[in-house]
Amino acid sequence: MTAPQPAAQPTASYGTGHTPVVELRGIRKAFGDLLANDDIDLRLRRGEVHALLGENGAGKSTLMRGLYGLVRPDAGQVLVDGRPVSITSPKDAIAAGIGMVTQHFALVAPMTVTENVMLSSVGLGPLDLAAARRQVKDAAARIGVAIDPDARVEALSIGEQQRVEILKALVHDCRVLLLDEPTAVLVPQDVDALFTTLRRLTEQGLAVLFTSHKLHEVSAICDRVTVLRRGRVVTTRDVDGAQARELAELMVGRPVTGVARDAVLGFETDEAPAARRDVDVPAKTVLRVRGLTVAGTASQGRRALFDVKLHVDAGEVLGVAGVSGNGQRELVDVLTGMREPVAGSVEVDGVDLTGAGPQRLMDAGVGRIPEDRHASVVPDLSVEDNLVMEHLDEFRRGPFVDRRKVRAHANRLIEEYAIKAGPTDTVGSLSGGNMQKVLLARVLDREPRLVIVAQPTRGLDVGATEYVQRQLLRQRERGAGVLLVSEDLDELLALSDRLVVLSEGRVAGELPVQEATPERLGLLMAGGTIEEVTA
Amino acid sequence: MTTLIALVGAALVSATPLLYATLGELVTERTGILNLGIEGTMYAGAFAGFLVAASTGSPWLGLLGAVVVGLLSGLLMGLLTVTFGVNQHVAGIGTTLLLIGLSEFVNRLKYGGGAVPQIAKFGLLFRDVPVAEQYLLTYIGFLVLAPVMWWVLRGSGFGLRVRAVGENPEAADAAGISVTRTRYAALLVGGALTAIGGAVLTLAILGSFTLNITAGRGWVSIALVIFARWRVWPAVFGALLFAGVDALQLQLAISSTFESVPRELLIALPYLVVVATLAISGRGVRYPGAYLRPYRRA
Ligand SMILES: Nc1ncnc2c1ncn2[C@@H]1O[C@H](COP(=O)(O)OP(=O)(O)O)[C@@H](O)[C@H]1O
Ligand SMILES: [Mg+2]
Repeated sequence: MTAPQPAAQPTASYGTGHTPVVELRGIRKAFGDLLANDDIDLRLRRGEVHALLGENGAGKSTLMRGLYGLVRPDAGQVLVDGRPVSITSPKDAIAAGIGMVTQHFALVAPMTVTENVMLSSVGLGPLDLAAARRQVKDAAARIGVAIDPDARVEALSIGEQQRVEILKALVHDCRVLLLDEPTAVLVPQDVDALFTTLRRLTEQGLAVLFTSHKLHEVSAICDRVTVLRRGRVVTTRDVDGAQARELAELMVGRPVTGVARDAVLGFETDEAPAARRDVDVPAKTVLRVRGLTVAGTASQGRRALFDVKLHVDAGEVLGVAGVSGNGQRELVDVLTGMREPVAGSVEVDGVDLTGAGPQRLMDAGVGRIPEDRHASVVPDLSVEDNLVMEHLDEFRRGPFVDRRKVRAHANRLIEEYAIKAGPTDTVGSLSGGNMQKVLLARVLDREPRLVIVAQPTRGLDVGATEYVQRQLLRQRERGAGVLLVSEDLDELLALSDRLVVLSEGRVAGELPVQEATPERLGLLMAGGTIEEVTA
Repeated sequence: MTTLIALVGAALVSATPLLYATLGELVTERTGILNLGIEGTMYAGAFAGFLVAASTGSPWLGLLGAVVVGLLSGLLMGLLTVTFGVNQHVAGIGTTLLLIGLSEFVNRLKYGGGAVPQIAKFGLLFRDVPVAEQYLLTYIGFLVLAPVMWWVLRGSGFGLRVRAVGENPEAADAAGISVTRTRYAALLVGGALTAIGGAVLTLAILGSFTLNITAGRGWVSIALVIFARWRVWPAVFGALLFAGVDALQLQLAISSTFESVPRELLIALPYLVVVATLAISGRGVRYPGAYLRPYRRA
């Protein structure tokens, strides 16, 4: 086995005589041409929290899923307590004492907590609900959380659902717990609770491996960290000595410029926007929403949005924070004409556009960059066609499409937005970052007065993320209003001038960014009131 | 009064094939698979039951033949939808066309499209006792199959697996439950039950075989499963409701009051009832989470 880089050698602190609970040797996994995991070595010790740090697409999930039997590695060996084991399905992993909390929770929503916990041990015969309920309670006590064994999972908060996932692993006496991006979906308070839980578990001798692309989490909880880049291990080291900045550079593979935003994204740097908007200058309001109410679906059983009041001024970014599913999607839908409110009004530039469809909103100067990239482009069509799709009228000669004009338009935007693709490539073949750039180009080239954008950097790598965020700030400087919906608090805090928090379809509170701390936002997201928060 | 008693008796008889087919479809759909092959399975079950009974003289062997055919049709659906991930609508309708065509083909080979023989059929229990005078399969269906199915889905490990696979196959897989095996199991059980439902028509009710013998009962079962929202007792009720209206329409057809009403309209009555109940109760239905979705591990 060839160690790819010297840094992949065991650190000095290894070799205390303990066999690692889990050892991975030379794990390799390719998806087509793409090497998602390239000869990965990793050792997990009893009682440690080990972070797997890496950008989006670095191969963290693939490695974990391979260890849990959800993905079959092409090569490599897994040793548990020093003995080679073959893990071809989650069943094998569970038998080997490995438990996993997948990024998208593997819970059956209409079932109860107990039923979900039973799933992994259930035979075919009669269910012993009473015993299972007891197991749930015992496991919950072990990690010091209270949970109703008979609650339906769909009625639980995300943080509680995650606890159910952990309980599921614990009832099997798992000795190794894998967590894939466990903090991505949590409000800050729940992150703290999760970390407390993890500490309890490691005190009991469990080994925890968790993936993250956030450095502050790594320094908060981890004993050791393994950095992955493009499928390879860059280094494994103790967290104590590891400088955040150094880790960031290892993760990204090039020097990072700024220090803000966990030193990952170079915002407040040379290319950073000017200081935040001068509050004294009265600005024109480009979007005003009053009393907006949207009916919920049958399963929501309530109104998806209720009496929402907000506005966006010209030259400002309004961030919309909230745990996903608290009305963000409905808000974006209404503002882009995809859904009709049952009450309330929407004014764009002083014109009432309540209930207007997408075309009218677009004509009124609203640009939208929706959450679901793939649904917003036609993957089988070329880049140039996708770029003109929403405004075909402007590229007509008589009844026909003026191909030359379309091509020229595409070439200009490809250049301007640094899209790494030719005009005739199909959009479906582009990476997430380039697809997002196509969308940005299509929308922003028309200089909309108001930009509605949701989760703009989800799933993008650091470079593309930086690019997209910078483009959004450029809109603000241009004098457009930007309504930014995001689940990434760091992103919201970096880009917004003002933040509103949606909770259960209502505006739980509004804060200027100077007063918005992750803790305050988290409280609002969790249902706190603005009075409690600013008290 | 006597008419009412006769009506209830007749409803139980004609609900029996529906009951088997509907419960068979129900357990299959609970794993996330819509088995549109059910009409064909019922048809083939009816024919196979008849054929075996005709050549052996035993309705019990006929029933066994139907079960084998039902298992095979479940296996076919499994191959198509579970193993190969074929679109379930296409696979199901294809299976139905294949099985009906095959039954007709063998029917012609054997009987040349002419008259088919009358067979020794299942006898009635409790002869001459109103309402209680029923086939054994009716008793088994209502008093054994339905409660057992209810319990299995609710209180057994198999049922928990079935529900998990149908709601969230990713979660089931992550918990070490084989989605493939669970779906195959449900398809096999469902296929066998559906075929028994078909065989009730030939082996018990008719004692013979005619073209178009199932008369869309498979499709009705699919509607009943949705009507019942994938729960056992409402499905039993739905089967009784349809059969009740069917029995009623037969009574009406021979009563003098309705002489002038076109026969076709009366025959359509139970189907209209199904359409109406679906239109009323079918809104806001929550389908199993993985309905129609093939599962493939990355
Ligand atoms: N099932 C799959 N098929 C094809 N490519 C995949 C699949 N799963 C992951 N990949 C690719 O493998 C790479 C690593 O992905 P992943 O392990 O999810 O990264 P991470 O979790 O670090 O963000 C990415 O480029 C991703 O697109
Ligand atoms: Mg991942």
